[in-house]
Amino acid sequence: MARILSYRQALSEAFRQEMERDPTIIMLGEDIAGGKGAPGDQDAWGGDMGITKGLIGRFGEARVIDTPISESAFIGAAVGAATCGLRPVVELMFVDFMGVCFDQIFNQAAKFRYMFGGKARTPVVIRTQIGAGYRAAAQHSQCLYPLFTHIPGLKCVVPSTPYDAKGLFMTAVRDDDPVVFFEHKLLYDKAKGDVPEAPYTIPFGEAAIVRDGKDVTIVALARMVHFAQDVATDLAKEGIDVEIVDPRTISPLDEETILDSVAKTGRLVVVDEAYPRCGMAADIASLVAEHAFDDLKAPIRKVTPPHTPVPFAPELEDAFIPSRARIADAVRSVMRA
Amino acid sequence: MSERIHAITVPKWGMAMDAGTVTGWHVAEGQSVAAGQDVLDVESTKIANAIEAKVDGTLRRIVGQVGDTLPVGGLLGVVAAPDVPDAEIDAFVAGFVVAPDDGEGEGGPRTRTVVADGRAIRVQETGAGEETVVLVHGFGGDLNGWLFVQPALATTRRVVALDLPGHGGSTMDVGGAGVAALARVLEATLDALGVERAHLVGHSLGGAVCLVAAGRASALTLIASASLGPAINGAYIEAFLAAERRKEMAAALGALFADPALVTRPMAEDVLKAKRIDGAQAALRAIAAACFPAGRQADDLRGRLAGLRIPAQVIWGLADRVIPVAHAEGLPAAVAVHRLDAGHMPHMERAADVARLIAALGS
Repeated sequence: MARILSYRQALSEAFRQEMERDPTIIMLGEDIAGGKGAPGDQDAWGGDMGITKGLIGRFGEARVIDTPISESAFIGAAVGAATCGLRPVVELMFVDFMGVCFDQIFNQAAKFRYMFGGKARTPVVIRTQIGAGYRAAAQHSQCLYPLFTHIPGLKCVVPSTPYDAKGLFMTAVRDDDPVVFFEHKLLYDKAKGDVPEAPYTIPFGEAAIVRDGKDVTIVALARMVHFAQDVATDLAKEGIDVEIVDPRTISPLDEETILDSVAKTGRLVVVDEAYPRCGMAADIASLVAEHAFDDLKAPIRKVTPPHTPVPFAPELEDAFIPSRARIADAVRSVMRA
Repeated sequence: MSERIHAITVPKWGMAMDAGTVTGWHVAEGQSVAAGQDVLDVESTKIANAIEAKVDGTLRRIVGQVGDTLPVGGLLGVVAAPDVPDAEIDAFVAGFVVAPDDGEGEGGPRTRTVVADGRAIRVQETGAGEETVVLVHGFGGDLNGWLFVQPALATTRRVVALDLPGHGGSTMDVGGAGVAALARVLEATLDALGVERAHLVGHSLGGAVCLVAAGRASALTLIASASLGPAINGAYIEAFLAAERRKEMAAALGALFADPALVTRPMAEDVLKAKRIDGAQAALRAIAAACFPAGRQADDLRGRLAGLRIPAQVIWGLADRVIPVAHAEGLPAAVAVHRLDAGHMPHMERAADVARLIAALGS
């Protein structure tokens, strides 16, 4: 059992197992087959992060399709193929580039089921990278998942562990609605964990309780879950017992687990790497303020970046990303209140 | 290490455990302890249990204070005879080195998949010795359910725990899904492991499986066993099958224990992880339909106990809410019956007692 995989390996395994199971699954994206479309370059890369390496060799070019650098075209093609009976998994390298195909996603994919009275299905998975800390500057470092969470009709998945990445991907690809699947680029190799070899699914809308605790609830996503775990270990030495809730999917959002946790601890710190305005931290803070105000023993604290683009200077980028020290300070402050 | 001085260390309850936290001491420094006596309580991230003294003596030092978290193998306390000088005890504590926790390494559990009757079966082996004990879990469980009894048995025995088809890391192909089909898989697994005869220990549905496979048993221990009577808590089976979320599963699992508070969220999460493997839900439904149709048990194997020519015993929890303890009545006189203060999971709730009973029957 104890089979330790990285986030990258868990995803690669999930893609392979699902494509073996279901011949209607196809993959599209820039360089996912290896690069440049030239036969000699096939399988050389497997996407810019190597996650799809090996798939074209196994499944062939009819199912693993390198696309031109034209996001609006290939996202639109994937959405259209989904309405016609295929299950496309389309990779848009960085979420930062998603702006050019918002209409395909926000107004087409997200609305088909609704506007055709439930007669249309759009089983497409849009995979994309999020996250700062890669020294890749303002256009390759954002989280942006709040934009998609804002749109009814889209499901949004933000896995933090290899186990969750594999199981949530399998749920995503089997789902009949459009799913946007956000992979944090700094977790591909750094997040490691136990992953069953057999295929399995994790239901959307069930948060993970990453750590049981009684004093403070930290709600965190993606890379911030790992920061929260480090902080919780340190704060345990100060006698502060932290509970960590990872929603895993932000649309749908498991409100019940968050509210149950706050009912127990009475204190909430939300940690999010996305911009603070109209983001998940604000959304979760408002949920708790509205429904669990009487449970709160202290004000809700949010730990997020400032409302600025992601800086390129390494020192500034590090200062931008919520740090373990800032998370710890926020937890200590609600303990004092 | 001195033979006069005995270390109490953090045990390894399952592969995932890397540390334990002291939650309470039952004995004060300077008090005497007897082998088998509960000395302190420890909890891991997943489970809490008592640690008992391995030898008679005096608790000379408490090293792990309440609230302390120590790595697996870390020193919790020291037991020695009262005449051992304090200086020697202090030197022992100062010089204590935590053995590396090598997980799958020598002495630790070795998990692998064997092919039995053409099907992949996950087995976990611990310990070595002339006697082999084979542990067979119940409906919806897996080999991790034996984590509290495995270490005690493995000190002088080869201990094999397996996942039945439809469970844990084994195949989801349950074949005929009934007790007889599962027993054939057990026998084929013994073949694959080169085990001719073993002390078969089965819990609940696993008990019925062991009873059918008793031809391969050198001794037989049935814990809260199925197939010794018609009654079963059908509502529990249905709630277990229906539960898809952590909260529902935690509520369902409460029926297993005399004290439902023993069910933790990580425990419910682990059970769900197994159920979410592709094919597991269908496999479990097939087994439930074959073994427990319409809230009754399909098989009555009481007759088989009468013909046994091997040592056999039945262990049952007095507060069992899944299969009634009344099923332990009216068994052949040669079969010893032990009723414990527990629910449906005596091997978790009264692990030390169950391990002792298994060890005593086999020897």
